[in-house]
Amino acid sequence: MPAMRMRDAVMQDGRGLFCACRPRNRAGKVAALRLERLVNTSVNGAPQWHLQPEANRTLVTLSGDWIAQEGRTPAFPTDALKDVPHGEPVEFSTDQLGKWDTSLISFLWELKRSAREAHVNVDTNTLPESAHKLLDLLPEIPPEPTPPPPHHFAPVAAVGQFTLDTLNEVGCVSEMGTAAAKGGLASLVGRGMMRTVDLMSDLNAAGPAALLIVGVVNFLVGAILAFVGSVELHKFAADIYVASLVAIAMVREMSAVMTAIIMAGRTGGAYAARISTMQANEEIDALQVFGIPVSSYLILPSVLALAFTMPLLYLYGCLIGMLGGFFVSYIMLDVSPLGYFHETIQALPLDQFTFGFIKSFVFGTFVGLTSCRIGLKAGRSAADVGIAATKAVVVGIVGVIALDAIFAVIANVIGI
Amino acid sequence: MNETNTQMPSTDDRPVMISVDDVTLAFGSKVIQHDVSFRVKRGSIFAVMGGSGCGKSTLLKSMIGLLRPTHGTYLVEKDNYWAGDDASRVRIGRRFGVLFQSGALWSSMTVGENVALPMQMFTKLEPDVIRQLVELKLGLVGMLHAIDQYPSELSGGMRKRAGLARAMSLDPDILFFDEPSAGLDPITSARLDELILNLRDGLGATIIIVSHELSSLFHIADDGIFLDAEQKTAIAHGSPTWLRDHCTDPMVHAFMHREQLDSSGSAGNG
Repeated sequence: MPAMRMRDAVMQDGRGLFCACRPRNRAGKVAALRLERLVNTSVNGAPQWHLQPEANRTLVTLSGDWIAQEGRTPAFPTDALKDVPHGEPVEFSTDQLGKWDTSLISFLWELKRSAREAHVNVDTNTLPESAHKLLDLLPEIPPEPTPPPPHHFAPVAAVGQFTLDTLNEVGCVSEMGTAAAKGGLASLVGRGMMRTVDLMSDLNAAGPAALLIVGVVNFLVGAILAFVGSVELHKFAADIYVASLVAIAMVREMSAVMTAIIMAGRTGGAYAARISTMQANEEIDALQVFGIPVSSYLILPSVLALAFTMPLLYLYGCLIGMLGGFFVSYIMLDVSPLGYFHETIQALPLDQFTFGFIKSFVFGTFVGLTSCRIGLKAGRSAADVGIAATKAVVVGIVGVIALDAIFAVIANVIGI
Repeated sequence: MNETNTQMPSTDDRPVMISVDDVTLAFGSKVIQHDVSFRVKRGSIFAVMGGSGCGKSTLLKSMIGLLRPTHGTYLVEKDNYWAGDDASRVRIGRRFGVLFQSGALWSSMTVGENVALPMQMFTKLEPDVIRQLVELKLGLVGMLHAIDQYPSELSGGMRKRAGLARAMSLDPDILFFDEPSAGLDPITSARLDELILNLRDGLGATIIIVSHELSSLFHIADDGIFLDAEQKTAIAHGSPTWLRDHCTDPMVHAFMHREQLDSSGSAGNG
């Protein structure tokens, strides 16, 4: 028990000492005295200030070099002017003031604000002319810090909002698609607002320029399918059926989906970035002011380019994928080239191609429309461009796979 | 053309802060300006004048380190800017503050963060000290209310003022302003002029301004150079008021009096 009391006493004592060291917890005059003692001990050349009550004024002596980047700027205690009698001005003595920059202004601004709270006049005319001028430019009332936005946890509302937003987006994309289609029809009869140059450059970017990457990916996918299939089929001595496995998988699913995913990452992201940059530069606004419809001038060529090249890339992907499969079978299995060719032809009725063809047309239109929409909806800063591009890629890939699932169900129902 | 009347007699004995000697600027083989020479005195406000497209901004670019001159020397006090390596250029560049034509604020950051970033990168100041200095600098340009706003939410004039606050963020002793008052209303523009004068007087900064805003130049600049697009060099040296009142060159005269040139069509009043 005595030990406990002892420790309590020491703690209380410690706390008392600590309080005594903090001038803000004492009356203003004590604070001023204490600070005076504190600042007088500092290094030569360091910014110093000194508050001294005189007969009918309070004198603040400033000395040393006040350079912001040296980080030695003293803070002005908010209650240091509490004991200054009302009506008596605070004046400055700057004879020992060395070099100074905004650090001094910052200090004086603090002083001026606390003087305002203590209803004390500050005579800034006693400051150097330019410091006085700079100080006059500053507002007297500090800004209210903006409160952080309230953060509620409301899962039901969030889900509801998400659903509404999604439905709204679906509506917007459909509307945009309709407008673009109308623009396309107008272009057919020669009254459109689409420039052939734009269409051609978009076609080039979405078509020939993509051949290499689409080829590489589909070749590897075909090869992987052949690898996986050969392991099982070899057990049944049915090596030759690797050809039909690769052919059907590529034509029905893999080529269309892989090509669409590549194009969503490659071209969709590029569209979103391009349109959101135009948005940031007010180029979209300029188009609207001229009455040039964004839907047919910007969106139509982009969507047309993807919708037109995607089926062609799909066919190309099928061919390359089967080549990949053949490559693996030829090297690893006992399959003759003619046998592989024959088996592939046997396994593939033409309507399989029609189905894949329609799918990739839909994928192309979907990727084109959504990425343009995301670009148009983006904000106006550099970061927003990046966000829009990322979002376009994510929405494109997820959307393509979701659409493919829907197609699979449809195919199952109608029995293709 | 009489040589004596294109050169203001100098009575200024302040030390030289910046000296540019026979600088030639070119993009590839296309020469923009050749053999440009001038001195900027410490604490002066130096105007780079000239018609649109004469290479004012290109000269500024080479002075802030974005474009290497093909010929000539550029000294900042005793340091030869382009002769050193990248590290020495960065060291000299720390003395520069640049206000770009359209503000060039980093758009993914708030105005306050824009001003704070150089301080966070180059000083060891505490976050609350930085916050205080940011408030001060934005307060000086009258933008304190927009501290938490993003550049995309600001008007052109506000962006420019925020850009000025950012240029001052490290208390540079040489400030470069590219068209500071273009696109500002007269009151804001006058306030900016006053601010520039106060910065010069208060902080002792040397200021180089590229501008063709005559009223503002007459008010603040105390020295300058006039670049011509056709001769591709400096055709007159002197403060804007001196050039207006004493320069005999017809091009400079037309520019300073907002007149059209009699014979050759392009008066640079754009």
